[in-house]
Amino acid sequence: MSTALALPAPPPTVRRRVSDLLYTRRGVLLVALLAPPLLWFGVIYLGSLFALLANAFFGLDDFSGVVVREFTLKNFVELAEPANVDIVVRSVAMASAVTLACVVLGWPLAYTMARHARGAQKALLYVAVMLPLWSSYLVRLYAWKLLLAKEGAISWAAQQAHLTWALDALLAIPRLGGPSLSFSTLGTFVVFVYLWLPFMVLPMQAAIERIPASTIEASADLGAAPGQTLWRVILPLALPGIAAGSIFTFSLTLGDYIVPQVIGDSTLYIGQVVYKQQGVAGNIPFAAAFSLVPIVVVGIYLWIARRLGAFDAL
Amino acid sequence: MRSEATVGVSPWTRTAAWGVVAFLHVPLALIVLYAFSAEDKSYQFPPPALTTQWFAVAWQRDDVWAAIRLSLEVAAWSTAIALVLGTLAAAALARSSFFGRDAISLLLVLPLALPGIVSGIALRSAYNTLAIPFSFWTIVIGHATFCVVVVFNNAVARLRRLNPNLVEASMDLGADAFQTLRWVVLPQLGSALLAGALLAFALSFDEVIVTTFTAGQQTTLPIWMLQELIRPRQRPVTNVVAVVIIALTFLPIVLAYTLTRADEPGAR
Amino acid sequence: MTAAVTLERVSCVYGSGAAAVRAVDDVSLEIGAGEFFTLLGPSGSGKTTCLRMIGGFVLPTAGRIRIGGDDVTRRPPYARPVNTVFQDYALFPHMDVRDNVAYALRVRGVARAERERRADELLALVQLAGAGARRPAQLSGGQRQRVALARALIGQPQLLLLDEPLGALDLKLREQMQSELKALQRRLGITFLFITHDQHEALSMSDRIGVFADGRLEQVGTPAAVYESPATRFVAHFVGAANVLDGDAARALTGHDCAMLRPERVALGPAAGARAGGVVAEVQYFGAYTRVRVDAAGTALQLDVPATAGEPLPARGDTVHLHWDARAVHALATGGARRSEPDVPAPARSAEGVA
Repeated sequence: MSTALALPAPPPTVRRRVSDLLYTRRGVLLVALLAPPLLWFGVIYLGSLFALLANAFFGLDDFSGVVVREFTLKNFVELAEPANVDIVVRSVAMASAVTLACVVLGWPLAYTMARHARGAQKALLYVAVMLPLWSSYLVRLYAWKLLLAKEGAISWAAQQAHLTWALDALLAIPRLGGPSLSFSTLGTFVVFVYLWLPFMVLPMQAAIERIPASTIEASADLGAAPGQTLWRVILPLALPGIAAGSIFTFSLTLGDYIVPQVIGDSTLYIGQVVYKQQGVAGNIPFAAAFSLVPIVVVGIYLWIARRLGAFDAL
Repeated sequence: MRSEATVGVSPWTRTAAWGVVAFLHVPLALIVLYAFSAEDKSYQFPPPALTTQWFAVAWQRDDVWAAIRLSLEVAAWSTAIALVLGTLAAAALARSSFFGRDAISLLLVLPLALPGIVSGIALRSAYNTLAIPFSFWTIVIGHATFCVVVVFNNAVARLRRLNPNLVEASMDLGADAFQTLRWVVLPQLGSALLAGALLAFALSFDEVIVTTFTAGQQTTLPIWMLQELIRPRQRPVTNVVAVVIIALTFLPIVLAYTLTRADEPGAR
Repeated sequence: MTAAVTLERVSCVYGSGAAAVRAVDDVSLEIGAGEFFTLLGPSGSGKTTCLRMIGGFVLPTAGRIRIGGDDVTRRPPYARPVNTVFQDYALFPHMDVRDNVAYALRVRGVARAERERRADELLALVQLAGAGARRPAQLSGGQRQRVALARALIGQPQLLLLDEPLGALDLKLREQMQSELKALQRRLGITFLFITHDQHEALSMSDRIGVFADGRLEQVGTPAAVYESPATRFVAHFVGAANVLDGDAARALTGHDCAMLRPERVALGPAAGARAGGVVAEVQYFGAYTRVRVDAAGTALQLDVPATAGEPLPARGDTVHLHWDARAVHALATGGARRSEPDVPAPARSAEGVA
């Protein structure tokens, strides 16, 4: 091979010219890459969020049912009515209760996965937690409809254990009960916990795993009983994981309208109001205003969670 | 390095842990059982008899097939759009740092981060304001928007692991930008894009909340399921469809998971 | 003969103002056709950036680059008659060895049969015949390096860039590859531009060396010139061990304001006729020689005593006398000012003599 003979340079086609341009001017390349996704998100997503915000300040003409595009605070005034405040309070209360229950139920599982399970057992537990996550949301909801039905598995199990009286007593509680488990606040609560439990277990497990064993041993070494170690050492260190998981359980419960509709009695939650208002009632402005509530509430919750270190644990 | 716990986990905790696992799985097992139940008027437990007849009945139901067809089409289009947009965004953001980069990442994740009703009502407001009637495309637009981030995450993760010298080597040897893309970058990205596409498909196929706001009168499979939940018509058919849904959404996710695990360094 | 590569006042500056990083600062260089030229310097000295600018992976912020007379300053890598062997080899993991080697031909549209034949030819050249069907992951470091070499050569480039290609190999393999590379270059006659931070490698393999420090070219010359007549203190220290003398000690011992003396040119001897005397501070055994550090004339002097010297080695605390030839002393510019040696013209390919 001689030095003078090299392969002939390829002809300057259009493709080559464009390639040269993109190589030498990185800015052009960046713009070419980002333009389609940014256009889509800017126009479609941000645009509709903006439309939502705008609609919250519009009104609805009661007679014609047409949206009147004039600035008005009427929707927010309506929001402040006691019935609506009730709905918000109820939704927040449910979201908080669900979060708490997920922490309590998820803790043994997360702790076992983090500190006891090893190798194959750990992988099995991982899959066991993720499997429900991967199954369809509606199917899991449907499964509970079957379980909670008057003639369903839970009633049957209560019968076999001679605990039917306990079940009836539960259902008789004024605000929590209902005609049957599958039409009650209690039932709604249980289903929410079931649906979001994996979202809580995984971040908690990750956070517990990060606690060095030497820290726990040091606590025992210094004389703390297991309960004290749990309360003073393990829980505070696992708090970021708990906070991270709680973001999911809280926000998902707050915005959900399907579970209360399927499992609940006729008391309303935020999601249902939004859905009903924009659907049959055609009152999009009010629905928009109402949907700002969960945004604000979740925003505050995220701020608190961030201070607890949740974002580092995600 | 995970530390060995010399302070053991009490047997109570371990029992409770397995109890929770059972709690998570019994309902799903029950669904499969109910699909074979002979009882068709209620959700009686235990089922009086077992039969496979309902599978045949469900097979005949045209509305079920129509719903499945619509869901599949919506998912296919949404995945395709998400693939294009997600890959473009990933290519732009994976290795560069410029003003606004984090903001763009946040923007892409927003549709999934905000509660479903917010995204749903936002799109609804927009359609209403612009007087756009509900159609196949109103559904697809909503789905594609939240599917983008799923593809984006997979693509970015893979691109970050890609040796930048490979692109330089390809250009050094005479390949221009497009040839390099075709012969070096895309083959490397392939499995990550496939995993992202599978996840996006499953996400779109299963989505119900945003869909109810953007579908109008149309019925995707989840919407069909929701209607059955509120006003049950033929319970056994619903049971059968539920089992079918489990299979149809479960499989792509497992596939995507194994694909991304196989990609990780050290797994080869 | 036109120079193979010309750098005209090339700079590469990142950032601006006070925080600007001058990775390459106003470098001018000419490399002759068929030369084995080495860029030598510590990490961060700018040699890699220079190489990448010649390859087209980084665009210079000032200056011009010519290859074979053509101005390629703003051309992308695929438009330059240059190929690169990367430090981590950068073999395409999803292609087998033969496809890797044949890539440059595939890109130019050469038919499959022809390019596979050429690829096999080159694999034989780098002594990897028969490895065509293997995957990069199945090869050892040394084998991958040869594949990278074959891949870069198949396109018959005017210039081959080698970015510290031997860095990842163990010592024995490195020495073997050094002589193989040198032999290959001689046989092919292609201009090689080689980067290393290992001065032994540079001295033994190169026709000429360019020494870099802080983005500037400190000296360009043949290995002998760089070793025996370093232009600056940096070069004196970096290439080989050196005694660099300043101030009073320099004037007392050598008569210059600043001078360099290589340890191997200093010997122990009797008091009569000695140039300096002092107390032994440290004795280090290196097998082929022993390095002795002596405090003399207010400064520390190192000398290397070869193993064949015969006399017993001094111990710490002994008083010794040092001798050296006047011609072994090399005067250096004071104050670290850079003395730019006139660019030594490239030796003609056929004459392998030392300038």
